[in-house]
Parts: sequence; C-alpha cells; structure tokens
Amino acid sequence: MKQQAFEALHQTSWEAFEALLRDGQGPAAPSDADLKELPRRYRLVCHHLALARERGYAAGLVDRLNGLALRGHQRLYGVRQGALSGALRFFTQFPRTVRKRWRAMALAALVFYGPAVALTFGAKANPEIAYLIEDPVSLASMESMYQSDHKAFGRSGESDTDVQMFGFYIWNNIRINFQVFASGLLAGLGSLFFLFWNGAHGGAVAGYLTHQGLGRNFWSFVATHSALELTSLVIAGGAGLLLGQALLFPGRRSRSQALRRAAKEGLILAMGSALMDVGAAGIEAFWSSSALIPVAVKLSAAGGLWTLVLGYFALAGRGRRDADA
Amino acid sequence: MIDTVRTVETPEGIALELRPAGPVPRAMAWALDMLIRISIYLAAGMGLALLGGAGGGILLILVFLLEWFYPVLFEALWEGRTPGKRALGLQVLMEDGRPEGWGPAMLRSLLMFVDFLPALYGAGLVAMLTGREGRRIGDLAAGTVVVHAPQPPPRQPILAGAARPILPPAPLSLEEQRAIAAFAERAPGLTPERAQELADLLEPLTGMTGAGGVARLQAMAAGIRGERP
Repeated sequence: MKQQAFEALHQTSWEAFEALLRDGQGPAAPSDADLKELPRRYRLVCHHLALARERGYAAGLVDRLNGLALRGHQRLYGVRQGALSGALRFFTQFPRTVRKRWRAMALAALVFYGPAVALTFGAKANPEIAYLIEDPVSLASMESMYQSDHKAFGRSGESDTDVQMFGFYIWNNIRINFQVFASGLLAGLGSLFFLFWNGAHGGAVAGYLTHQGLGRNFWSFVATHSALELTSLVIAGGAGLLLGQALLFPGRRSRSQALRRAAKEGLILAMGSALMDVGAAGIEAFWSSSALIPVAVKLSAAGGLWTLVLGYFALAGRGRRDADA
Repeated sequence: MIDTVRTVETPEGIALELRPAGPVPRAMAWALDMLIRISIYLAAGMGLALLGGAGGGILLILVFLLEWFYPVLFEALWEGRTPGKRALGLQVLMEDGRPEGWGPAMLRSLLMFVDFLPALYGAGLVAMLTGREGRRIGDLAAGTVVVHAPQPPPRQPILAGAARPILPPAPLSLEEQRAIAAFAERAPGLTPERAQELADLLEPLTGMTGAGGVARLQAMAAGIRGERP
C-alpha cells in the first residue's frame, strides 16, 4: 500500500485517538470511553507504527505515529496515585524503612554522636579544645547569646522575630538535611563528612558553654527541638550512606540498578527527615526560644518528645504486612 | 539518522523512539526557570519587605520551597515539564517512556545538589557528556531521561497537489525512496540555496539542477507517497 492511501485510510482513526488522549487528561477517573476505546485504538496505532516502519514510509509519518504511540503508552502505563492514601501510608513506611536500614542509621548515629559526645565532655573539662573547632569570635557571640538568664537568646514572645527565625530554620536546616543525603552519592564520604562535622561543631559549642556556666540556658534551649532535629539529621545521613553503599558495594546488581533501588528508599528517608525538620523549626522558633516558659516545663516537654520520637521509630508500622517493605 | 535515539520496547511489541536532549537545551531551560524564580523572589521580596522581620522569614520559606520543589511540582503535575522545559520543548520521562511521577521528580531535585558540585554543575555536565543519553547524576538515580517531547501538532501533509506526481525514472531501493521522501518533507524548512545544493546531488536522477531539480524531487516524492496525477 502506498503511503498516501495508508494515511487516507487511517487518518480518522488517528484523529479519534488523539482526541481521546486530549480529553482524558487530568486527574479525574477514566471514563467508560477511556476504558473501552483507548486500549483498542492504542493497539491499532502500535500496529500502524510497525507497518509504517516496515514499509519505509516517510520519516514524518513515522515520527507522528511514534509520538501518538508514546503518548498512548504514557496514558496506559502511567501510574495514577492517590495523594491522600500515599501520604497516610508514608507515616508507617518511613519508620519501617528506618528499621529496615538500621545498620546505615547506626553508622550515621555513631559518626554524628561520637564526636558530639566526646567534644561535649572534652570542651567542658578543658575549653581550649573548643577553640580547635570553633573560631573565637563565633564562640564569644554564642556565649553572649546564652548569657544573663534568657534575656538575650530568649526572645520574650516578639512574634516578628519568631517568624523570622522560623523561616531561617526551615531554609537552613532542611537544606542541610537534603545536602547530607545527596552528598552520599560521593561514595558516602559527603554524608560522613557532614555528619562528623555537625557533630563535632555541636559538641564543641555545648561543652564550651557548659564550662562557662551557661549549661542551664543552653540545654533547656536545645533539649526539645533536638529530638527532631538531630534525629532527622542522622536519618538523612543514613539515607546518604545507602546511596554510597549502592555505588561501592552493588552486590549482584549493576551499579545503576543498585543506585536506583537505594535512591527509592533514600527518598522516603530524606522526605521524612525534612518533615521532622519542619517540626523542629517550629519548636525551635516558637517554644525553645520563649523566655516565658519555665525551664522545668521545657525539660519535661523535651523528655516527652524524645520518648515520642524514639517510640515512633521503634514501633510505628509494625505488624502490618506491606508489599514494599 | 545520526540523532541519539533511545528505543523502548513496549508490551505491544513495538519499539518507541525517545530522543534524549543534550546539555545545551537543558541549560537554557534551567536558565529560563531560574529567571522565573528570581523574578518571583524579587516581586515577593518587595511585598514582604513591608512586614519587617516576619517578612524576611516568610521570604526564606518561599525561597526554600521554590528552590527544592519548583521543578517537582511542575514535572509531576505538568507532564514532566517546567515552564523552561516547555519553552524548549523538553520533557522528563522515565527510562521506559512512562510519565515521571512524584518520587522521581523529587529525587531529581534533591540530587541536583550533587550535580552542581564541585561548581556550576560540573559533575552533572561530566555525567551528561560521558553517558550516551545525556543524563545527569540525578537522572541516573531516579531512572529518568530528559527527551525532546514529540510535537503534538502533526506535520502538514507534504505539498499535497503542489507538484504533479511523477514516478522515478528507474526503480529505487527503499532507502533511496525514503531519502527522497525525507528531503521533500524537510525542503520547506531549508533555505532555497541549501535545498538546491542538496537536489543538485541527484542531478543524474532528475536531469536538472537548481530550482527545477528541487521541484522534480518533490514531484517524485509525491509519486513515492502514492499520489496519482
């Protein structure tokens, strides 16, 4: 059959298929016409594409059929996902993934808390050590911030600066988590570096301030939001280590296959850690910094939140069978 | 055809062709998206400046959301295209030709940070230039590929009736017929000088040079396509 006769014969069928593709766009449920007509017409277009290639019709026609078939393929095999059910499932999927990858989490926690604890005690005993990590200017500004019983660092409920700090924490802390995760692609080294550095930095400041007698102010400030902030950083770091592991030790898969699998899990972990950081930013800006809340209340809230966070990761989503876990 | 083509076999047993995009159109799309984001920041910044410190906080949240989620929202909801990609005719697809969903869009955005390293998307560029299909590191991890989207409007039938169809003077192989048909399709988009230069190569077949040769090739293409006088 010559090309022109072929085009004349099937032109209306292709146009009908195009109309189906156009009409069915959007998130609405597929109509009856979609369910019945689309697969049939799609197979027809596939058939015509194969014929057109085989018979050597002009490139323009082959391209057009290829484009039609591609769009049909996307409609037929693309996934429609319910946003709400996906969001609900996430709250059990996240802790399950953390538990499943507990080795990476444990390594990340070790690399973070190891230097943090060591430097806290080190700098508390001998503040000189803090100067190895921090420059004197920023230590001095930290010191003045936490001095004089809440006055300077505890903003007594000026909503203006609270919102400002909330925005800053969101922008800064979640960005750090995402970077800790992504830099795991550098054979895991990026994540390890960020974890170690953040741990060392935090430990040095904490130990130094405690030595200067500002422990009460400092610890009551950080105790609550650190439950979310530090845990989320460790999780993001562990997720990055999964990426590095996939590249270094792909096992029986090709490196790219291993990477794609690890990235899927890593994404769940990174998004979970970002959500936790939103909570941490809210607490840090509106609760931790408030000078109106007594220290005892802050510390008991901190104990409650730490229990809640650890309990969530230990228990949530257990006992339910899930295909993807 | 010397284009880069990725073929994807579908369950129906046909091979779909995807045309991966190279660094240049992708960089242009990125620059366009960047311009759009910067203008949003400027506009929002002017408005939020009235709110003082709180405005600064809100602006930082806006920057955070747009820097990380601008491509995600557009790609997941708008057929794998940010405004910049749409302007350049690009589209993000899964490796097997399916549409990109939320997960891969999010991964591409998060891992953009590594593509940026050590400076100005150096790692991403190296990945794109060393691979066959121009994929940056984020694409490799998410299993996506950026392609030139198939143009939805079908091309006009080539000069139907413009030239009196004739048959080639000698039997032509399939390849030769395709070459002539492809020439007739592309001729309207070429400068007349270039079209004549190409047609002159076939002077032994057409027996003419210059504009006459072009017209004769188009007539032959019409004949090959099956038009009858």
